Amino acid sequence: MEQLAELVLNGVSSGAVYAALALSLMIIYQATRVVNFAQPGLALIAAYTAFSVTRATGSYWLGFVLALVVGGALGVLAERLLIRPVQRRSELSAIIVTLGLLMLLQGVAGMVWSNEPHSFPYPLDFRGRFSATDAFAVAAVGVTALGLLLLFRYTPLGLRMRAAAFRPEVARMVGVRVGLMLTVGWGIASVIGALAGMLAVPPFIFPNVLDGVFVYGITAAVIGGLDNPFGAVLGGFTLGIGLSLVSGYLGPELVTLAALVIVVVVLSLRPDGLFTRPRARQV
Amino acid sequence: MTSTEGTGGLLVEDVSVRFGGVVALRDVSLTAAPNTVTGIIGPNGAGKTTLYNALCGLVRADSGRISWRGTPLLGRRPDELAGLGVARTLQGMNLFPLMTVAENVMVGADRLARGGTLAALTGLGRVGRDERRLRARALDALAEFGVAHLAEALPPSLPFGLRKRVALARALAADPDLLLLDEPAGGLSAEEIAELAERIRGFRERMTVLLVEHHMDMVMDVCDHIAVLNFGRVIAAGPPEAIRADAAVTEAYLGDAA
Repeated sequence: MEQLAELVLNGVSSGAVYAALALSLMIIYQATRVVNFAQPGLALIAAYTAFSVTRATGSYWLGFVLALVVGGALGVLAERLLIRPVQRRSELSAIIVTLGLLMLLQGVAGMVWSNEPHSFPYPLDFRGRFSATDAFAVAAVGVTALGLLLLFRYTPLGLRMRAAAFRPEVARMVGVRVGLMLTVGWGIASVIGALAGMLAVPPFIFPNVLDGVFVYGITAAVIGGLDNPFGAVLGGFTLGIGLSLVSGYLGPELVTLAALVIVVVVLSLRPDGLFTRPRARQV
Repeated sequence: MTSTEGTGGLLVEDVSVRFGGVVALRDVSLTAAPNTVTGIIGPNGAGKTTLYNALCGLVRADSGRISWRGTPLLGRRPDELAGLGVARTLQGMNLFPLMTVAENVMVGADRLARGGTLAALTGLGRVGRDERRLRARALDALAEFGVAHLAEALPPSLPFGLRKRVALARALAADPDLLLLDEPAGGLSAEEIAELAERIRGFRERMTVLLVEHHMDMVMDVCDHIAVLNFGRVIAAGPPEAIRADAAVTEAYLGDAA
């Protein structure tokens, strides 16, 4: 019992990170049908920015805030300069561009900050069962999910973003600036991705530090269904807890395999995700 | 509506649109005086929808000029037109399927409550006010069409006639000055068409209306002025009585869709 509680709590805090990554993937996928493989690259540069700022100023939180700003700005630039020009041709081209961007960003990070690991601080005390850092991760992701819900459901901007995602041509005709909505979506998604990066990086930062976490983020998004925020959050926590149990009871070497099995099973049984309603068909 | 006086309403001059080798519109000219209903009729493929698309910025015109109250419309992005007071309904209606009826109409009303995207991301209090104002406006528009009780329904669950009313409410919620209607009577019952005709006549007090429609009785009934397109050209234009008597029009229809 003791062990179960411990494993679930561990799972909840890593699940928060997966949930944040899944949310950032979901926002972009919903608006553009593109899976943003560059997300860990954008988050990586954001986290390295925090690393440099914190080292220069001694303030963790100044680095944290600047990481979110830089992450969002990079997302906006990526959408405007790289994705938009190719997306008109096909979604596949855009996806390949995101893969290329990931490699580029990881390469640049290695050149600027070196490929050696640097130690990277936790936001708060990280010792003990469900530490202050774990609580912070869960709270930050909870607030983010709630904020997104309010944005999409209760604000005119959220309405415009949804309209642009569902029917871009019609949205345009009722006066929605569809291109701007896409850029805003990339910006918001990348801020959330940067948050996930800040939570996932410690204790060490190096160019490939987010690769593993990102795989689980995609897994969480697939479990939840790439189309809805609830699904992304539930998928993140479900995966976090599930993998923690696998690691505790069956052995940590099986975690990656378990994630793969989950993806395969979900995709073959419920390709739209576990937490989506089966879609009404439009005739 | 005093600002429309003396500026000539809608002016379409010598507009041509080619798709590859196909000429969809050839030197089309027409005018719609402020606060009138102008019908655009013609057999299928005559260029009616292309003309609307050119007006809305969805299709690039190869030559010609279009202006609304003296402001040129050609070359603008479709979303700018809404800001200029131009609204359009579509043949397929195209409501947003996963958004409630009220939300669908709120998107249409958006130009009236625009705090700007940056404000929306930062100033939450203002956004709350915008949201409430938009919702109130959307409910008013729905009420005008007798469908306010459906505000929380999802469009795919509604019968055809009601979805058409929601689409009209969405166009009207923006309080447009120029309304482009694309086959609003299509698929409606005789009773619904009579009601629609009554509404369109009423729109005249608030805006200028263009009407593309196949239902001839309704067109003759509600229009002040009619332009007839065939093979991408205007073959006749005038008041309904003149159009009814025009030999070229009769021939275009007898040769095709009569």
